[in-house]
Amino acid sequence: MKRLWAWGALFLGLLYFVLPLVGMTEFSLKMRRGEYSFDAYAKVLGDPRFQETFSYSVVMALFTIAFGVLLVVPTAYWVRLKVPRARPWIEFVTLLPLVIPAIVIVFGYIRLYNTSSWLPLTGTATGTNVLLMFGYATLALPYMYRAVDTGLRTIDVGTLTEAAQSLGAGWGTILARIILPNVLVAVLSGAFLTFAIVIGEFTMAALLNRPAFGPYMQLLGANRAYEPAALAVISFSITWLCMGLIQIVSRLAPKPPSQPN
Amino acid sequence: MSESFLSIRSVRKAFGATTVVQDFNLEVAPGEFVSFLGPSGCGKTTVLRMVAGFETPTSGAIVVAGKDVTRLRPNQRNIGMVFQAYALFPNLTVAQNVGFGLKVAGMGRADIDARVKEMLALIKLPEFGDRYPYQLSGGQQQRVALARALAPKPKLLLLDEPLSALDAKVRVSLRDEIRLIQKNLGITTIFVTHDQEEALSISDRIVVMYGGKAEQVGAPFEIYNRPRTKFVANFVGTLNVLEGTVSDAAAGKVALASGEIALPGRLDGARNGEAVSLALRPEAIALGQRAGADTRLAGKIADVHFLGSVIRVKVAVGGSVVSLDTFNSPSAPPPEIGQPTDISFSASDLLVLR
Amino acid sequence: MASETIRTAPAATLRSRLPVNWLGLLPFAAFATLFLILPTMKIVIGAFQTPDGSFTFANVANLNTPSIRAAYWISIRISVASALLGCAVGFAMSAAVVLGGLPRWIRGPLLTFSGVASNFAGVPLAFAFLATLGPVGLVTVFLRSQLGIDLRLLGFNLLSFWGLTITYLFFQIPLMILIITPALDGLKREWREAAEILGATGAQYWRMVALPILFPSLLGTFALLFANAFGAVATAIALTGSSLSIAPILLFAQIRGDVLGDPHLGYALAFGMIVITGIANGIYIWLRARSERWLK
Repeated sequence: MKRLWAWGALFLGLLYFVLPLVGMTEFSLKMRRGEYSFDAYAKVLGDPRFQETFSYSVVMALFTIAFGVLLVVPTAYWVRLKVPRARPWIEFVTLLPLVIPAIVIVFGYIRLYNTSSWLPLTGTATGTNVLLMFGYATLALPYMYRAVDTGLRTIDVGTLTEAAQSLGAGWGTILARIILPNVLVAVLSGAFLTFAIVIGEFTMAALLNRPAFGPYMQLLGANRAYEPAALAVISFSITWLCMGLIQIVSRLAPKPPSQPN
Repeated sequence: MSESFLSIRSVRKAFGATTVVQDFNLEVAPGEFVSFLGPSGCGKTTVLRMVAGFETPTSGAIVVAGKDVTRLRPNQRNIGMVFQAYALFPNLTVAQNVGFGLKVAGMGRADIDARVKEMLALIKLPEFGDRYPYQLSGGQQQRVALARALAPKPKLLLLDEPLSALDAKVRVSLRDEIRLIQKNLGITTIFVTHDQEEALSISDRIVVMYGGKAEQVGAPFEIYNRPRTKFVANFVGTLNVLEGTVSDAAAGKVALASGEIALPGRLDGARNGEAVSLALRPEAIALGQRAGADTRLAGKIADVHFLGSVIRVKVAVGGSVVSLDTFNSPSAPPPEIGQPTDISFSASDLLVLR
Repeated sequence: MASETIRTAPAATLRSRLPVNWLGLLPFAAFATLFLILPTMKIVIGAFQTPDGSFTFANVANLNTPSIRAAYWISIRISVASALLGCAVGFAMSAAVVLGGLPRWIRGPLLTFSGVASNFAGVPLAFAFLATLGPVGLVTVFLRSQLGIDLRLLGFNLLSFWGLTITYLFFQIPLMILIITPALDGLKREWREAAEILGATGAQYWRMVALPILFPSLLGTFALLFANAFGAVATAIALTGSSLSIAPILLFAQIRGDVLGDPHLGYALAFGMIVITGIANGIYIWLRARSERWLK
């Protein structure tokens, strides 16, 4: 009896999720009147603006990931090793982007770094790109930090460092050749999540007027009928792909060494 | 035969193709304290859970105070249970935990408070009513769990390895407390454990279980001194085993590597040449010749452990090593390793395992 | 050996090491300050400043116009509605999998899917719902042609309060599932059994033990879902094209082109949003800490 209710609840819930996905896929195939076809996809993929904005976002995502790794891995490592007292503060800061809406953050950027300020980033296209990248890094910070911190927890940071130092390694070598390979799985998880976030991001890119994928999708949605659905399918597939990669990568993670209790 | 309070009749439990409990039978007298003793996976907890009602027997019946409860839900059986992991409700105070069964039964506020007070005094934690479980130590939590189980005056008390999660010292003091409370209340109790010292020290009777079957049922003295199967002999207490062959079944003679032993009348049904194991408890063996001991074997001291008041000596006898304890004597130093020595015992103390 | 030197000298050099160690956090501190804390402070301070820099409450007071009040109010209503429904449905689905006796293998895929769905927000989500519940959407057409139910006649419009709420559920429900599943796992089987052997029915167990234990998690997650919905702007814009005046959209328009005619009003709007999401998140964190203490 209990099982019947359980299946019912699950089924109804899943129905809610499946219908929109089916709806958008079905709609995306209906461009050619009267039959199903991939016309909408062809149009979208052939649109130079799609290629421009998509590659822009991909490049931005890669820069964001690189910056994120360079910032978070050494910081998380340092906190664990040398300054454990700072941990609650750092964690609080990494939770702030989840509390403060993105629109407020980018509003702050515009007011703070415009052409009449001490750091006129918005004055040039490159400057704005840099600003946007920092914005993306801020949005991804909670996830990246949590992933790396969890990864560091499973390895004995202190002992590894001492062992490396006793063999003559400097900080750079330690980080690059000892720590990073061991938390690679966690870093990859954070990286894929960052990628998914950046590709789909709209608010910051729109308000900073950058040619990113998010604003392009919105523009298309305002003017076209079938192409947006195709874009939605593409976007959802990318998100699925990123999450799937995270799952695969997590399964390949080395098990933490068994600790004597 | 006196009226038994709890009757477990031909109970069998199978999960799919695996039979976890086979044809279990037990009659428990009112007020009796029975322990189920056995290694993990022997089925003891499963039988307990069937008595509680959390598992339904595949076949057989469970009767409590003359009433067949086999098909009843646990909340209809009026049985008290104490779990290994305490299972106190974390959102309720100690007093609210203890009074939970009474509240559920619809008892009045004043009556609940009085009864809770009584129970807290019984477990010697009268001032703890307003504390929360996370503020208590393991031993205290388990006592509260006991009070909670006993508050609704159940007909039967079930304890599922209640001491396994506790420190060694707390374990010993708490088991005595549980036994004392049980005796005072006169409540029929089933106690599941894998610790044989626990079972031996507080039970009226022990059921030794293995592989889903009851190997032996009896008083602690009997289980220890007259084990009926090899498993029981090995599981309960330490055992020294001497391997030998039957040289003369009719006369009861067994040939060991270090000599011959006469066990008249104890080898009925054996064939000459059959392999047989003779087992001996450490306390039955003495170094040298002990008065009254009729059997003597020659050996060599293999190992000596000075434990303080007791000296544990291992003697190599024939192909086996036997372990025996002697008391420390300030005027006599412990034996030396390699020293040749004799051991002596009464043949009647030997257990024949086939 | 270098490691021995480290071991024998810590006490003596601890004093001089402390400031040096904290220097290692400088890059992170610089990043957080420049791109997270300063921008937020700029907004908060700006909300209380006049154009010439003096302190004033006027901006915040000026929020009290009918249109802005309406914007906040509808944002709050959508956030409450999507949070409530998200909690209810998410709880039902999670309970079905954890407590409902369903096969074990369902749990992993459900959690993975929840991870994906909770990140599928913004513009693509709006498109998906337009294609399903919009004027020529799959479900709309199906209901009209097969069951004779005309959604538009019934007053349903995707570009409205209920439309937005239903769309938001797509990432609210999975978020609830992700957070409440570990909490449901934490409901020990022994509690249910102890309650049962003491005479309680299933309903009594839930009322007296399980729901009180889960309450902090439930309330906290509700607060989190509320904050999540309140700050969401991309989905709303893509769906309603800035026509539905919710607070984030109002702020968006204001940032884009000062539609309100007063730049500092934008600050006040943003400040108002921070206060609301800040309080909601604060409630979530406090309740989560409390429930963790209980369940040690």
